[in-house]
Amino acid sequence: MGSLTPGFHGRPRPQGVALPPGQYVTEDFPVLSAGPTPRVDTATWQLDVVTETGATHSWSWADLMRLDQEEPTVDLHCVTRWSKFGTSWRGVSLDTLLADVASAADFALVGAYGGYTTNLPLADLLGGKAWIVHTYDGAPLHPVHGGPARLLVPHLYLWKSAKWVRSIRLMVQDSPGFWEQLGYHDYGDPWREQRYQGD
Amino acid sequence: MQDTTGAQTHEDGNALAGPLSAVFAHDMTTAVGRCLSCAAERPLAEVSVWSHGPGLVARCPGCDAVLLRLVRTPRGSWLDMTGLSRVLLPV
Repeated sequence: MGSLTPGFHGRPRPQGVALPPGQYVTEDFPVLSAGPTPRVDTATWQLDVVTETGATHSWSWADLMRLDQEEPTVDLHCVTRWSKFGTSWRGVSLDTLLADVASAADFALVGAYGGYTTNLPLADLLGGKAWIVHTYDGAPLHPVHGGPARLLVPHLYLWKSAKWVRSIRLMVQDSPGFWEQLGYHDYGDPWREQRYQGD
Repeated sequence: MQDTTGAQTHEDGNALAGPLSAVFAHDMTTAVGRCLSCAAERPLAEVSVWSHGPGLVARCPGCDAVLLRLVRTPRGSWLDMTGLSRVLLPV
């Protein structure tokens, strides 16, 4: 007896690799930008973490490079329905960056060069789940993919992984970011297919 | 509209139905928008539109500020025009 026909799902998924609902696998790395690509020189690059009391912690590029570096290999899931498996990065865990930051905040609003913002619970930046990455596939991260450095939060839809990351504001109350203000889901879990508000 | 003393009062938003239906039936690409950031004015047909992301983002060609965002979701269309300080709909 023949097997049941699973129906058409686009390109076949790789054996043994999980794909969230409504996604298809891509081998290339699509570029989806909401504006011109900022060209940020590492000589002037800076990352600020601002707590709910207004205390500011800043890192230069040299500061970032002196911190412990990790090499996560993760799957990416974009809300526009493509997923990319096994991407290799190098960067600094948010656990490392925020280790000495005193805060009682529950939420973060991430800002980028160029003005983009996105919000997420602070807990989703901690616990080995998020990084500031500067190297992709062994090479400096190209500006079209968010170089010199972007946020990487692979367990949420990719719009949360802000390219050209510039700041992280820690907040007691949640505040929606660029797409979250306009109908996209506040959290964005690809496994629960949280694309839009109400999902 | 007047109350019992003859003083004018406001109406509810249903009073906008007729006037706004005329406005939003307009071909908006001919509408002239003013950028809230740099005050440049140009027809919307001449702005820069970024359409490959999760929604449409229209930016001022002069200063790159966001003029307008449009996202279509199962619940409906979300439109943000806070980057435009005014819009002229030519006759």
